Amino acid sequence: MAHDTTEKIRSHAEHDFLKRKRSAEMRHQLTSFAIMIFLTLIAFTMVAAGFSTYLIVPIILLLAGVQVVLQLYHFMHLSNKGHGMVAFFMFSGIFVAFITVLALVTIVWW
Amino acid sequence: MSSLAQKKGVGAIIWDYLTTVDHKKIAILYLISGGIFFLIGGLEAMLIRIQLMKAGNDFLSAGLYNEMITMHGTTMIFLAAMPILLGFMNAVMPLQIGARDVAFPFLNSLGFWLFFFGGIFLNLSWFMGGAPDAGWTNYASLALASESHGIDFYALGLTISGFGTLIGGINFLVTIINMRAPGMTYMRMPLFTWTTFVASALILLAFPPLTVGLFFMIFDRMFGANFFVVEMGGNTIIWEHLFWIFGHPEVYILILPAFGIFSEIFAIFSRKRLFGYTALVFATILIGFYGFMVWAHHMFTVGLGPTANAVFALATMIIAVPTGIKIFNWLLTIWGGSIKFTVPMVYAVAFIPSFVAGGVTGVMQAIAPLDYQLHDSYFIVAHFHYVIVGGVVLAILAGVHLYWPKMFGTMLSEKLGMVTFWFFFIGFHLTFFIQHFLGLLGMPRRVYTFGADQGWDLFNAISSAGALLMAIGVIVLLVNVVITTVKNVRVGNDPWEDGRTLEWAIPSPPPFYNFAQTPLVRGLDTYWIEKMEGNKKGMVYAEPLGDIHMPNGSIIPFIMSFGMFVASFGALYFQDDSKPWTLAVLIIGLAILFGSMLVRSLKDDLGFHITKEELMEDLKKGGNTDGSK
Repeated sequence: MAHDTTEKIRSHAEHDFLKRKRSAEMRHQLTSFAIMIFLTLIAFTMVAAGFSTYLIVPIILLLAGVQVVLQLYHFMHLSNKGHGMVAFFMFSGIFVAFITVLALVTIVWW
Repeated sequence: MSSLAQKKGVGAIIWDYLTTVDHKKIAILYLISGGIFFLIGGLEAMLIRIQLMKAGNDFLSAGLYNEMITMHGTTMIFLAAMPILLGFMNAVMPLQIGARDVAFPFLNSLGFWLFFFGGIFLNLSWFMGGAPDAGWTNYASLALASESHGIDFYALGLTISGFGTLIGGINFLVTIINMRAPGMTYMRMPLFTWTTFVASALILLAFPPLTVGLFFMIFDRMFGANFFVVEMGGNTIIWEHLFWIFGHPEVYILILPAFGIFSEIFAIFSRKRLFGYTALVFATILIGFYGFMVWAHHMFTVGLGPTANAVFALATMIIAVPTGIKIFNWLLTIWGGSIKFTVPMVYAVAFIPSFVAGGVTGVMQAIAPLDYQLHDSYFIVAHFHYVIVGGVVLAILAGVHLYWPKMFGTMLSEKLGMVTFWFFFIGFHLTFFIQHFLGLLGMPRRVYTFGADQGWDLFNAISSAGALLMAIGVIVLLVNVVITTVKNVRVGNDPWEDGRTLEWAIPSPPPFYNFAQTPLVRGLDTYWIEKMEGNKKGMVYAEPLGDIHMPNGSIIPFIMSFGMFVASFGALYFQDDSKPWTLAVLIIGLAILFGSMLVRSLKDDLGFHITKEELMEDLKKGGNTDGSK
């Protein structure tokens, strides 16, 4: 049952393991947070520096994609166990939407 | 809240069905209302065939004929085929995975009532100034030019029933992902559950484009927007794209559950494990993905250019591969089996050549240059009736016979079933086979009449005769249902004697909690494994007998859907200056909708428990069947 709440007493080794895992996770989150700030800075600098729009738009879109992936994996725990189906549906949906929008845009407005 | 079966009055039964959140009762509601819409759509088809019976006929006027074909298509797809299949999914899928109900019983009921009121709303157009008349595809230029309120009925009605379908699809997805019994891994799920899963995923991804398209249509018609108005800078082709981005997955939403039903039938009545189970599963998933990459093959003649046409032609042909895999797997399932030709099995065997014929003409149309010849001719009409009637409707009829005992606890007459089958099957081929040739002779679809000098008289007469045979078949089925219900001979758990999956291990109809103890699944074809090992109970249990938590019934889904129904009338007449009450009706309808949502949110409804003692009492009596009787 989902609401199983049996208390479990952890051994010393297990405790250590969990502690190490959590600190590693924390490190990951901090790193990706730093990367995200950095990516945002790049985006802002590019606009401020006044590059051509044709350069800025694709790069910002690319950076946004990277941000989304970082967000999903490091903050929304997509990599954790039991998220396989969620990830599968998300990526199927993104894939279908991408193909559809791509085809529509190329057919209708090319 | 007693779990004891008791004699109830008619009023109490109606109230029970209005408030039910039990997936088995909702399945019956889907089956009955889908069945009624099927009869209405069939009646429209008969009128169409009477009109086309002879050259120069004036049985229906041109305008009425347009309304008739539009409503026939719309009703059959959205209000008959899909709901009946959703009914089977509701009835069978939770039993197959060993669940006590779907994940969200309240939403299940809401989904049904939204579909129901959407369907009623759409059909009220007949009595309120004219039905939609721009074809079931409702192409924008034509639809925007339509003067009656028909198109508004179409757009609003499909929006409401579309919400219902979307809710149902999401519900099934969550149910299958989260509520499988212990041991029921993905690769142990019966094929009908698998096809339900993939079809639900398609519903999830395909209905939003339709909703967007319908919203644009509503805004264009009712609020003077110009999404599809070319002279105002809109683009009329966008509707076609949006419609078919939804429309092509939609036909897979219909055919995949049909494949699922046939897969169950082949395995049961060949008394063999499905050949190539894994391949069938992956073919199903693959068809689901391909379904989204082929929509433009409905639009080859629009002028998309050679590159787009070539890409979509190739993508379309690829779909024949997974479908072919399925056909061969079914053939090899029958091969060497100990076959019983019951009514469902006869339907399944008849399905293979019929569907293959429809598939082959489909590949012909995928060849873009040839499609320029075939487009909008009766060849197309013949093709899609071969896949939809030869695939989906045969599956529905087979499923009605197969699952009738599980849903109602009685067995439909095999003899009358055979009569239905032969009338329907011969009538079907008589009606539609000849239409291929009508198409090749140049008869365009959607014309209300033709001249005597065009050489189409005889073939049209034959086609109409076939339609009559199909109608006789359906009437015999209705007689069969009435006789069976009146006789009321109850059947046991496994009336076909060769059931393989979990639904056949429990009473027919099952008690409202389905499984007193959650079963433990030890492999594919769970019940078959237990039977072969001589397990008299039919299953191994994953848990001891204990209290079961059940949801309370609720009238709120009905009221919410009714609120949308009322609001739609306000929206429909909003543009008419002669009707000042529209805004009030719109507001009242939305108030009912949001008010009942508010009540639902604020009032805690924690459900109830069936105690262990009540369960033991029930089990002593052979399982409480609290079903339709």
